[in-house]
Amino acid sequence: MLQKVYDWIDERIDITPIWRDIADHEVPEHVNPAHNFSAFVYCFGGLTFFVVVIQILSGMFLTMYYVPDIENAWKSVYYLQSEVAHGQIVRGMHHWGASVVIVMLLLHTLRVFFQGAYKKPRELNWIVGVLIFFVMLGLGFTGYLLPWDNKAYFATQVGLEIAEQVPFIGTELKTLLAGDASIVGAQTLTRFFAIHVFFLPAALFALLAVHFILIRRQGISGPL
Amino acid sequence: MHRGKGMKFVGDSRIKAEKTSQIPKDYSEYPGRTEAFWPNFLLKEWLVGAVFLVGFLILTLAHPSPLEGMADPTDAAYIPLPDWYFLFLYELLKYKYASGDFILFGILVLPGLAFGALLLAPFLDNGPGRRPHQRPIAVGMMLLGLVSVIWLTYTSASHVNWQERAEANKPIPESSVVVDTEHEGFAAYEASCMTCHGAELEGSAAAPTLVGIEYTPEEIATIAKEGTGSMPAGIFTGSDEELEQLADFIITVNESAE
Repeated sequence: MLQKVYDWIDERIDITPIWRDIADHEVPEHVNPAHNFSAFVYCFGGLTFFVVVIQILSGMFLTMYYVPDIENAWKSVYYLQSEVAHGQIVRGMHHWGASVVIVMLLLHTLRVFFQGAYKKPRELNWIVGVLIFFVMLGLGFTGYLLPWDNKAYFATQVGLEIAEQVPFIGTELKTLLAGDASIVGAQTLTRFFAIHVFFLPAALFALLAVHFILIRRQGISGPL
Repeated sequence: MHRGKGMKFVGDSRIKAEKTSQIPKDYSEYPGRTEAFWPNFLLKEWLVGAVFLVGFLILTLAHPSPLEGMADPTDAAYIPLPDWYFLFLYELLKYKYASGDFILFGILVLPGLAFGALLLAPFLDNGPGRRPHQRPIAVGMMLLGLVSVIWLTYTSASHVNWQERAEANKPIPESSVVVDTEHEGFAAYEASCMTCHGAELEGSAAAPTLVGIEYTPEEIATIAKEGTGSMPAGIFTGSDEELEQLADFIITVNESAE
């Protein structure tokens, strides 16, 4: 039955090449921890992606309860933590995942760096990877404000004051992020929410797609 | 390298007329055994992922995600602190030559150089050798940057008493107390207790909250007359009937809070 469905689709849109591109390839021995345990360093990138998937899923569930509004943001998070079944765990996964993803990203970056794996022909993929790192830091910065508790509010205020000190465009930059030149308030929260939930994830998905397509085109770098 | 010009396609599709492989070249040029990604290697990756997930969930369960009190922009005494992975940038700005008149050095020049170099690393370190000892400058700079970031993060974090911070900023749940000012005991509460215990029994610097106490009406009446802890005796000066109404009032408010 399943084979028939597959054949029906394959006859029309020829999906076998897509499948081959995604999954049908050989994994060399030097990246396989089963052959050589020190190859576990090659797991960092995959685990980073795994945490990203955790972040996406837990974040999707968080938005079912979260209200991006200064009156209710904190209350909705508190309600989620204390009343909703497993809300504590879902928020915990998103909270700790935000830290773990930075750690894994750092380990992955260091692996690629110290192995010199970014050298020709993989320069572009390194740049895409560093951009992913920047997007992640942006996600961390914007997500920190969303619970609207004291540490969120005052850390964001400091961050925006630093942005304001950038020459020439400082005030505009701060206004763009905060929605107002001097107030950190309702506008700031909705903007950070939009940036955290729509703008940066869109950039992240695009960069991740390029990152993975380039890996499949170029293959993993050879052993040292 | 393919060029768009002169390429031939099958019909109006995107499939190229000349057969070329999209799949990376064979790994047979590397010595050793290769393994099929699907399903052999993916199964092993799956196992690594499962072990990782268990560890991650244990972390999540052992340390509930923190939440401080609701943001209060008027709280001038609050000492701001970013998330841990921004602590190094925060600490950098405390140095003399990265703050004050040199603030641009701290917020733009240094981080810009460091992250710019990270972004452009393949072009700065463009020699053919991949091994660390073949590119001492690049590796040296990375180690220097790494040590600086770890040191700055450590210095910044070691100045913070995390436990004290968490204690001082506990989330205060929204008050669900209903104070019935029509209650016959309210007048007695207002006259004798409200100065210290507050209009919603929330307590003050001088006295604890009366919400969530587990006393019987008799015990409340006794405490009102004789005091307890730092509360002196003789604060309540009304009649026995008013005392009874007062105890009943406090019990009623407590019931409303549950």
